Amino acid sequence: MTTLQEQQVIQDRFKERMDEDELLNCMRCGFCLPSCPTYITSGFKESHSPRGRIALMKAVVDGLIEPDEDFETSLNQCLGCRACEPVCPSGVNYGHLLEEARDIINQNKKHSLPVRTVRKAVFEGLFPHQNRMRNFTGLLGFYQRSGLQKVARATGIMKLFPESLATMERVLPKVPTMKEMKNRPRFLPAEAPETKKVAFFTGCLMDTMFLETNNATMKLLQLAGCEIIIPESQNCCGALHGHSGEKNGSKELAKKNIQAFEDLDVDYIITNAGGCGAFLVDYDHLLKDDPAWKERALAFKNKIKDITEILFEVRFHEKVKLELPFQIVTYQDSCHLRNVMKTAAAPRALLQAIEGIEFKEMKDADRCCGSAGIYNIVESEMSMQILDYKMEQTKATHASTVVTANPGCLLQMKLGIEREGLNEKMRAVHIVDLLMEAVK
Amino acid sequence: MINEQIKERIISIVGTENFDDSKVGRLTYSYDATPNFQALPDGVVSPRNTEEVAELVKVCNEHHIPVVPRGAGSNLCGGTCPTEGGLVFLFKHMNEILEIDEENLTATVQPGVITLDLINAVEAKGLFFPPDPGSMKTSTIGGNINENSGGLRGLKYGVTRDYVIALEIVLANGSIIRTGGKLAKDVAGYDFTRLYVGSEGTLGIVTEATLKLVPIPETKKTMLALYEDLEAAATTVSKIIANKIIPATLEFLDQATLKVVEDYAKIGLPTDAKAVLLIEQDGAPEVVERDIKKIADLCTEENAVSVQIAKTKAEAEALTTARRAALSALARLKPTTILEDATVPRSQVANMVKAINEIAEKYQLNICTFGHAGDGNLHPTVPTDARNKEEMERVEKAFEEIFEKAIELGGTITGEHGVGIMKAPYLELKLGQEGIAAMKAIKTALDPNNIMNPGKIFAKDSRKRVVIGQ
Ligand SMILES: Cc1cc2nc3c(=O)[nH]c(=O)nc-3n(C[C@H](O)[C@H](O)[C@H](O)COP(=O)(O)OP(=O)(O)OC[C@H]3O[C@@H](n4cnc5c(N)ncnc54)[C@H](O)[C@@H]3O)c2cc1C
Ligand code: SF4
Ligand code: SF4
Repeated sequence: MTTLQEQQVIQDRFKERMDEDELLNCMRCGFCLPSCPTYITSGFKESHSPRGRIALMKAVVDGLIEPDEDFETSLNQCLGCRACEPVCPSGVNYGHLLEEARDIINQNKKHSLPVRTVRKAVFEGLFPHQNRMRNFTGLLGFYQRSGLQKVARATGIMKLFPESLATMERVLPKVPTMKEMKNRPRFLPAEAPETKKVAFFTGCLMDTMFLETNNATMKLLQLAGCEIIIPESQNCCGALHGHSGEKNGSKELAKKNIQAFEDLDVDYIITNAGGCGAFLVDYDHLLKDDPAWKERALAFKNKIKDITEILFEVRFHEKVKLELPFQIVTYQDSCHLRNVMKTAAAPRALLQAIEGIEFKEMKDADRCCGSAGIYNIVESEMSMQILDYKMEQTKATHASTVVTANPGCLLQMKLGIEREGLNEKMRAVHIVDLLMEAVK
Repeated sequence: MINEQIKERIISIVGTENFDDSKVGRLTYSYDATPNFQALPDGVVSPRNTEEVAELVKVCNEHHIPVVPRGAGSNLCGGTCPTEGGLVFLFKHMNEILEIDEENLTATVQPGVITLDLINAVEAKGLFFPPDPGSMKTSTIGGNINENSGGLRGLKYGVTRDYVIALEIVLANGSIIRTGGKLAKDVAGYDFTRLYVGSEGTLGIVTEATLKLVPIPETKKTMLALYEDLEAAATTVSKIIANKIIPATLEFLDQATLKVVEDYAKIGLPTDAKAVLLIEQDGAPEVVERDIKKIADLCTEENAVSVQIAKTKAEAEALTTARRAALSALARLKPTTILEDATVPRSQVANMVKAINEIAEKYQLNICTFGHAGDGNLHPTVPTDARNKEEMERVEKAFEEIFEKAIELGGTITGEHGVGIMKAPYLELKLGQEGIAAMKAIKTALDPNNIMNPGKIFAKDSRKRVVIGQ
């Protein structure tokens, strides 16, 4: 609940802070409607469409409506997938509007005590500190290995959580041990004639829970002839903060990352998580009001590249033989990789280069899977409806391997497979893990 | 306006989930694609079938509640802006393609069907529904019929009107009528089908439509002709038609439009040309081949600097898709994008282009022009800022002059976007007082309480304004 007083403050902040030119840039043509998953899933509710959400934000600025509960629901139910951006001929930066609006609401609204505690712990206590991320993941590992997981499942304690969270608990990857997470390399030489010098952005979740995928990423880069630097002082990209209305937190993280990479003499900074990459390429916008940082952010942004993009660029798939036993493979786009980083062709080309498999495009591969950060937990119902549709399309391809390019999507697809009871027939993998498998 | 009692009656017809009078719900149906118009309805209702529509209309008629039918809200004349409040009707539940009849070559659809979905469905059966407005990805058949929309294929194939052969309509008193049929000929009484096409929701609600289909053309070729000067491009248009060639598509884009479209689509459009013509011909391969060659020659004769023919289907599609985005892409330039829809006889296109340029000069405005040149239908567009009152005055004056010029050349104030509320004050310019009186007589006879989309088409006062709105 937002009190009337809070609503008033939120309204005032909207007037001060929302970018009016950007709001006016939407000419309300509706070209974005067919691309919006929540518009479709809600049964064509304009309030759950990009055009409707922009109109609502503008109406709050104009004082036509108050930022009431329905208003918040409309924004909360937005996936932030940004599928509305590439289809908008007018070039409306919807993602920026959403981020600003969410930040205003969050900063000016008193959350209930439990929510406040969790938010504080996660956004201030956990994600900004790589060592704590390690500990947290370690704890999860202890939970998995000690037998506690079995106990928890047997007692049915997970039933107390929303369905998606309870199922999610089952599909989390086996996490690495503390020792594995601590001793990370800082430099790796090329293992083929040298092509590029790159730095690797490890990501907080990727370097803990998905450590194996990070290792595979680096190995592929080496095989592709890249020399890799992995700066120690990097940290979480700040996307989770940015998307949850904790803009200041994400700015601090951004500055630390820029510092960590700016003095390196490299061609590119490589990421393997679409969600992180898209946030990194937006640092210049995040820091646009900070004259001391704007240029530095721009230089940083220009070096960001997804792993699939660089592999494609240096023709990895032509130089290294890739082969797998027969299986049908399909690819689920990471929204942010596709819509923000504009990477969609490279992953497909790499997959198609694997010999022995059949690549089958699924219908609406570019539509969000409903993962969207923590959306699948906080907006569980809508998320599961979106996932159901996604699974329908996945099944229609008869694929046994679903490939993704972002950890959130990967977990969500695993969740989908688990929910459908398809564990025996289908698996979800990160693209670099599949490529690693295919390296002969 | 909608008191508790009426609300209960509405809910008893459609169920709670299909009625919304929350602030957020109303706000999101307070606008359409027309700049500067916004007004909140009192409620929004989503009937599930014709009977529910009829019941709802009866309630509205009894209590004199305005009825505003709404498709995708992509119209450009303020046609779905509930300027007098009332109840917005949505057709999201009535969005089925009921039948594609391959023997009679017809499709029967509900009003909420998306235009492109219909086009794809009939093409899958080797049939063709030609009306393809730029907005077809979102627009609905109900909206297309009520605006009598045109499209990129209008020159050869005509507009929506030419494909509507039967309608089911709920009248303002709640009775349900059917007009026309799956018939090639039908002269039983007045042609109500034609009357309702383009009636902008002011005479009743279309709840079902039967549309004529044609066989899909065998092949298609697409080309771009580049020009160093606008008028040469415009002259080519008249020249092609005078040479007795009717291309499927003959679109005009000036340099400013080309630039913004390229910005969005990134397909390598020639942004250094002053104007281009996008030309398409379809039909039997020999005919297409011959026509395209002849058109290319005519373009060169009229000083086209180059003529490029699309090599692949994908390339051709990229060009037409890019053209469809022109209006929205122009919205990149400035906060407010105001466009017009003046239409002149085809032979006058060059004169109209010239006049638009002179008017732009006179009022010191940046006017970008694109449009269905082959139909004589241009969309001079002004990127401006509604907050700049002084400039808006100039825009208003410029548009008034454009309208007058169009009429003087034997044209009309709107070719396809409709009158709505935006152009209502100018209708008299085209129809004269007597014409308006005759139309009003029809309106009053069919809707005596003036509940159907009130305030549209007929202006309350004839103070001229298109852009200085509410
Ligand atoms: C980018 C862009 C490009 C466009 N290009 C073209 C173009 O090339 N050619 C063209 O002609 N137009 C074009 N338009 C205008 C517009 O898209 C068309 O007028 C379209 O037909 C409107 O369809 P809609 O479903 O959005 O209808 P709406 O805008 O929702 O409604 C249009 C009118 O129809 C009425 N209406 C809707 N449904 C019903 C019903 N079931 N019964 C009775 N009345 C009803 C409404 O009251 C309103 O008066 C374009 C618009 C945009 C934004
Ligand atoms: S496509 Fe862009 S301009 Fe059109 S309604 Fe959506 S956000 Fe607005
Ligand atoms: S970000 Fe995704 S969910 Fe949100 S409005 Fe855009 S398309 Fe819809």
